Formats: sequence, structure tokens, C-alpha cells
Amino acid sequence: MRKIKFILQKEFIQVFRNKTMLPMIFGVPIIQLVVLVHAATLEMKSIDMYVVDKDLSSLSHKLINKFEGSPFYNISGVSFSIDEANETIEKNRADFVMHIPYGFERDLIRENVTQVQLLIDGINGTAASLINAYSISVISDFNRNIIVDLTKMPDIKDLNPIAVETSYWYNPELNYKTYMLPGILVILVTIISMFLAAMNIVREKEIGTIEQLNVTPIKKFEFIIGKLVPFLIIALFELAFGLVIGKVFFHIPIVGSLWLLFGFTTVYLLTVLGIGLFISTISSTQQQVMFISFFFMLVFILMSGIFTPTESMPVWAQKVNIINPFYYFMRVIRMILLKGSEFRDISHEFFSLLIYATIMLSLSVWRYRKVA
Amino acid sequence: MENHENIIEVRNLVKKFGSFIANDNLTFNVKRGEIFGFLGANGAGKTTAIKILSGLSFPTSGEVKVAGFDVYKEREKVKKNIGYMSQKFSLYEDLTVRENIRFYGGIYGLSNKYIKEKTESLLERLKMNDIQNSLISSLPLGWKQKIAFSVAIFHNPKIVFLDEPTGGVDPVTRRDFWEMIYETSDSGITVFVTTHYMDEAEYCDRVSIMDQGRIEGLDTPEELKKQFEAKNMDEVFIKIARKQ
Amino acid sequence: MNRFFGFVKKEFHHIFRDYRTMLILFGMPISQILIFGYVVSNEITDVKIGIFDKSKDNVTQEITNKITSSGFFILHENLNSDKEIEKAFKKGVIREVIVFESDFAKKLERDGTAGIQIIADASDANTANIVSNYTKAIINSYVKNELFAKGLPYEIIPEVRMLYNNSLKGVYMFVPGTMALILMLVSAMMTSISIAREKEMGTMEVLLVSPLRPLPIVIGKVIPYMVLSFINAVVIIALSYFIFDMPIRGNIIFLLLETLLFIFMALSLGILISTASNSQLVAMFISMFALMLPTMLLSGFIFPIENMPKILQWLSTIMPARYFIIIVKNIMIKGSGIGVIWKETLIIAGMTVFFLVMSIKNFKVRLE
Repeated sequence: MRKIKFILQKEFIQVFRNKTMLPMIFGVPIIQLVVLVHAATLEMKSIDMYVVDKDLSSLSHKLINKFEGSPFYNISGVSFSIDEANETIEKNRADFVMHIPYGFERDLIRENVTQVQLLIDGINGTAASLINAYSISVISDFNRNIIVDLTKMPDIKDLNPIAVETSYWYNPELNYKTYMLPGILVILVTIISMFLAAMNIVREKEIGTIEQLNVTPIKKFEFIIGKLVPFLIIALFELAFGLVIGKVFFHIPIVGSLWLLFGFTTVYLLTVLGIGLFISTISSTQQQVMFISFFFMLVFILMSGIFTPTESMPVWAQKVNIINPFYYFMRVIRMILLKGSEFRDISHEFFSLLIYATIMLSLSVWRYRKVA
Repeated sequence: MENHENIIEVRNLVKKFGSFIANDNLTFNVKRGEIFGFLGANGAGKTTAIKILSGLSFPTSGEVKVAGFDVYKEREKVKKNIGYMSQKFSLYEDLTVRENIRFYGGIYGLSNKYIKEKTESLLERLKMNDIQNSLISSLPLGWKQKIAFSVAIFHNPKIVFLDEPTGGVDPVTRRDFWEMIYETSDSGITVFVTTHYMDEAEYCDRVSIMDQGRIEGLDTPEELKKQFEAKNMDEVFIKIARKQ
Repeated sequence: MNRFFGFVKKEFHHIFRDYRTMLILFGMPISQILIFGYVVSNEITDVKIGIFDKSKDNVTQEITNKITSSGFFILHENLNSDKEIEKAFKKGVIREVIVFESDFAKKLERDGTAGIQIIADASDANTANIVSNYTKAIINSYVKNELFAKGLPYEIIPEVRMLYNNSLKGVYMFVPGTMALILMLVSAMMTSISIAREKEMGTMEVLLVSPLRPLPIVIGKVIPYMVLSFINAVVIIALSYFIFDMPIRGNIIFLLLETLLFIFMALSLGILISTASNSQLVAMFISMFALMLPTMLLSGFIFPIENMPKILQWLSTIMPARYFIIIVKNIMIKGSGIGVIWKETLIIAGMTVFFLVMSIKNFKVRLE
């Protein structure tokens, strides 16, 4: 056991002595956290609309005013020509076109029903469906006001017999930062610990120092533990650092127990480090390690549920997620931080990862050969 | 009696990589306390053999005993009793001299007190007190090699394997290095050294010469010269190489 | 020149010999495309919900049926008290609870109004937003179809047409995005690492004192990755065309030329990174942090740029991927020519020149 101490000491000295690595480990990820958390939003803030008003009636003006009055819309141009409108879309100068046809007001009064056309740039499907939803709700709101005006109905409520009231628990303002921050933090902590661990052994292989270690009577498990613990500690520290940033700058709630979170994180990191060390033992160059880890990392991140709900994924993808460590941690960190879930709520994830970690670490001890 | 005890016994050692035979039926003994030179051209199979002896690689067949232990079954016991200095550079460039020594000492399970005392005397002897806190990367190659050698024998092994320790260093440092080898040998450690400098062969107690995976000659330098009717080891070597 | 070809051949050999790397190199674009095509989408299906029906009459039953038969939702459990809602959310299985007030049908008939409460688990805010909006839409359509069967008086009907992408397929977005991401990674990251590797192993010095001049050395190291990136790009385009029916409305030669330009840009960025790093680990971390997450998040690939705060929108203007995505989208989907995207092309070309000049500068400093 004393031998492990010496490995730990050596690894720490090496990490802290490397002047280019230190900012990579502690500085850059935190900057990323602060910056990228802002990027991950589906909330539409400014929709560029182009208006083709062929009716030029008071009703069409009212409708345009309604959009103008909304903080989400920004009218980038008005004209009579559909062709001009299409061109602005092609040149990416507008997100959608509202086309008010000739006879818009007349039809509503005479025939009780009228039409307005929305031409939305559909390339970005996500944005398009949000624009669609926003705009339709503006129009139906407008419609309701018109009905009240024209029929002298006393109350809007009559048009809304079922009152739907929505409340968003754990994050009433739907602040996306609150849930993106833990997600991005998971990615950063994982990248750092997994790559540091995976690159470490293979680096010693490439430089040649591993040969010197392999002729010593050190036990395989001592070696693996010595290589594991430093990165575990660094990663836990990184998580703590990230949480402090989250708390101070983004006011993310920390509802659940931090002990539980760090306990779970430790098991998670053991799994991730185990995977990293295993990749390291089966590779001979750092480039290989990087490629293999990178590949799995990218696949795992996208499937983890950080951006999209996992239950909506196809069944095979959900099966793949059983071996996706991100999947477990992404769920649990949000559950503990934001909802205050307790051990019994996350016990399934906890034990799954515990088994996973045991398998990966045994594999890497088994696969590590003290040969040159 | 004890003087003649064999510390390394090799019988019919064969190592194949696919169809390539790196070590072809090697049989030799190394006696306790001697300086054993392992000579051969590049690619003759020296490094392969040294890796098998130090437990870094498995032989394909044959019997190998090092310090009384079988390299198949008791590899970890072998490792406790040997020191090894590889052809590749084996110290950590980003650690200081002192940190490197401390690290390897610790890995061999030596006590803090022992490490501390021995480090002091070592630095004294190498005259490296001034640079003990310098990073290895800042030192010239010759110094690094001396430290690497000291690290390899820091835990007082019974045998130390040196794989081309003097490759690429200047003649003065090479001489210093051989001084260190003699001191080591005097302290009772068996030295197993590979080289392709034939003048160095003269410094060894006994020499084996390898060519294309086989041992073509094994005796004291004097006897080898007689046997091959040569003026010096260089000639012995050339005669062996030409024989093929 | 012969010496140069020999060197390039050696570099190719180096990469192709390693079957694991090759496997991943070609597995990467394929798996990425499949994941984006089948796994990651903002469409929700099979979201598990809970229902707390305090009324249990035929109207609430009807609405419940409408919701559960929509395909978006699965009724996971019926809840019976407010306490149970909290407990269910903490387990993390259900994402929404729909609460019907008591005497729902009676109130609707007597007072003309009744209330439904939607409680969404907003610890995943984006999903909560989508889920609650879907639910509202279902309830609204129930209101419209059942309670206002004869239609509203004075109705304005919005007729929506999605241009270029009628069914809002995600493929239009992720193909350009994946191309940018993978080309960036293969070209920039792998180049920077392979040059950093030579430095770390000390073989760079050997190469530099060889009769080859530094420029051919760097070009020689870069060519194999250029070829591989290009093959990757072609694979992605082919997959998206044949499997996901992504159109190629513009000129394909033009598209490939633009792709080559982007690859050049990424390679020169890789060279720049390698001049700034002395070990593979450093090169990797720089590429990883400078390329992977920012390319994913700031290029408009997953999250629309217009939604971001002003500073980030500004920051995204220095993301080369942003321009490449615009170029690819325009050529493939809108069929645009150089007339529409000359600006983006020019920006990428400018970046390439900038990175190259910077690398040469860094390189010189090092040699002096």
C-alpha cells in the first residue's frame, strides 16, 4: 500500500508542474462552462419576420402591429412581392414570411373565416417548429381579441372553457441554464478525468518509462490504483469548482445532498476512469487512445440525454444507453441538484454504475501486462 | 564454493516473433559477482534476451532461472532481485533528480529513512548535490545515464541488467560509467551489460558474443582472443561476423 | 520530389497500418449520422406522464384518452394526492403530471369553465417546455373539436408552409453540422496531435535536420489527413443522400470544392495548434476544448444562434464551422451558387490564410 503513495505523489507533481496542462485542466473548462451554458437554449428571442401585406386594411395593420408589439419579433422588411420575400429567406435575412392575402379583412367580415399564410424557413427544423408555435399563438390571441371586439362578447373566458394552467416545478422560470449547467459540467469533468487517465499509461509506454516500472515488483492493482486516484481527486475538485461557479454566477439550486452527489460522482468516475485505463492498456500510442476515447465520448454524449429526452429515442438506442455512463450521471446530477432526490430514488443508477466500475477496473487490471 | 554459484542459468532459450527467431537456443550461465558482457551487433537479439531475463517478456521455450527463481512462475520474485536500465531513457524528464530517486525507491518498498540516507550518499558520490533539485530534462545525457544507473541499483539488487548504457555518450563519461560498474561489482552486485563497443568488452570478466540470435563465443576476453587468434576483441567480433 | 513522395507514403503507411484507428475513422461519420438521424431529435415520443384525476368523470376520461392515444405520451401512473406528485418526480421517471380539478364535468356544464393544471418537471427545461406545449395543444384541439364543433365566429386560419423542408426533417440541420464537426476533428485534431507527437518523441528534430525542408515535412504530414477527411465528407454526403433523402440541389462539384476549402482551413488550424503545444496531451486538450464543444454548441448546429445572448452571437462569428454549415445548407438544400455564399467562402479562406501565417510565425520563433 505504501507503494501507491509514491505513485500518487509522482503523478501529482507531474500534473502540477506542467505549466501548459494546469490551465487546460482548471481554467479552460470553467470558461467553457460559463460561456457554453448560455448557448444551449431553445428559447426564441429574436425572430426575423418579413411581411407581405397585400390587403393593406385596418385589420392587416392591426395584425402586423400585434407582431411588432411582441418582444420576440423583429420585422425585417415589408413589401408587396412574394418573390422579394422568398429572396430574403434564401439569403437568410428572414426566418419567416407572413403573407396577408388580398381580401383578408373582407373575407373575415363577409364569410366569417379568412386566411393568413406563414412561410417558414424549415431547414432548421427545431427553430422552425418553435417559430410556428409562437406565431400561431400570436395569431390566435389576435383572433380572440377580434372576436371579442366584433361580437361584443363580455368575456374572453367563454372562448376558453377549459382553463389550462401550467406550472413548472423545480425551475419555474424555465431557466435553461439551470439544467444545462449540470449537463455541461458532467461532460467537462468526464473529458478531463477520462483523457488524463487514458493518456497517462500510454504516454509512459511511448516515452519508455513504463519499462522501468514493469521491472519493479509493483503489483498490478497497486499500479492501477496509483494511476486512478490522482485523476479521481482532480475530477472531484473540478466538479466542486464547477458547482461553486454555478451557484455564484448562475444561482443554480442545490436542493439535494452534496454528500450523495459526491458519493455518486465517485462511483461514476471510477467507471469512467476504468474505461480510460482499459483503453490505455489496449493501445500503444496516444493517438490511438485519443481516437478510441473520442469516438465513444462523442456517441455517448449525444445519446446521454443532455440535449434530448432519452425515452423518446428508439429502443435500440435505449439499450445502448445501458453501457453509457453519461446517461446515468446526466440523470442523477439533475435529480439530486434540482429535485433533491434521495438515495432510494437513484439506487438503481448507483448500483448499475458500481457493477460497471467493478467490471471496467478488473478488466484494466487484468489487461495491464507487466511486459515491454 | 559460493563464488562459483550461478546467479543466472539459461538452458535452450528460444524466443520467436512469428517466424522470426530472435533468440536461437541460448545456453549460458552467469556467475555471482562477475561482470558479464553481452555483445553483438544491432539486431543480434541482445535486447530480446535481456527483456526475458528481467521478466519483461516471456520466452517461447527453454529454462531460465534468475537469482534462483524461474522466470515463468516466479516473475515477481525475480523482479525484486534485479535492477534494470533500459536502452530507452527511463527517468521522468519532468521530475527532479531527487524526486526520481525517491519515486523508484518507494516503488521497491524501501523505507523513508533508507531512501533519505542513501539519496544523500548517492548525491555525494555522484557530486550532484548542486543539481539535486533540477529537472532531469535540463541535464546532459551523460549525467542522466549515471543517475539512471544509480536508480537501477538503488534497492541493492542481486543482479543489474544494463542495456547499452553507454550508447551516445562521450568517451570521458563512458570511462566514468565503467568506474561505476566496477564499484557496483565490488559491492557484490552481478552486472549483466550489453554493448556494441568492443573496447568495453575488454573490461568484462566474461563475454558472450551473439550473432543472428545465436551465441557464437563465450569466455574471458583473453581466452576468446586466443581461440580466434585475434589481437583484440574487435577482431574477434569481425571474425565471428564473417564466419556466416 | 521523390524524397517527398517517399515521406508522404510513410505517413500514409503509418495511419493505415493501425486498423483500430482506421475502423474508427470510418465508423465515426457513419455512427454520427445514424445517431443524429435516428436518436437525437427534438421530437418527443413515449414521454411518461402521471395523471391526478380528482373528478374521474367522462369528460376527464375523454381528455385523458386523447392525451394517451396521441403517441407522445404514455400514462405511467395514476396519482391520488399532491404528496405523490412530488415523490413521483423525485424518482425521475415521469416528466409531467396532469391534474383535473374535482367536479370537472359538472363545473364545465354549470359554469361553462373548468380547470386543468399541468405540472411539468422543469429540471429539464427544454423538454418540459415541449411536453407542456404538446399537452396544451391536445387539450385545445379537444376544446375546438368537441366544444366548438360548429367553429368559431370570425376565425383567422393560419396556413403554414415550411419552405425547403416540408416535414421538418432534422437531417437538414445535422448533416451540415456533423460534416463540420467531423472534418474539424479529423483534420485539425489529428494533424495537431500527429505533429505534436513527432515533437514529443524527438523525431521532429531528426526530420528538421534531414534534407527535407520544413514546409514539405508539414505538408507531408497533412496530406493523409486531408485525404481521409475528404473521404469522410463524401461518405457523409452519400449517406445523407441515399438513406435520409437529403437533396443535393446545387452543384455537387461546387459543394466538394467548398468542403476542400473547409478541410484546408481545419488543417491549418491543426498546424497552428501544434506549433503552440509541446506534447500530444496539450495538443489534444486544446483541440478538444477549442473545437469539440464550441463547434457543437456555438455553430448553430444544435441550438439556433439567434437565441443566444449577444456576446455569444458575436463569439460564434469566429467559429469557422458556422460559415461552413451555412454554405452546405445553401448548396444542398436551397441550391444556391457562389452568388449567395461568397461572403462565407471568403471568410473561411481568410481564416485559412490567417492560421497559416500565424503558424509560420510561431514556427520561425521556435527555430530561432
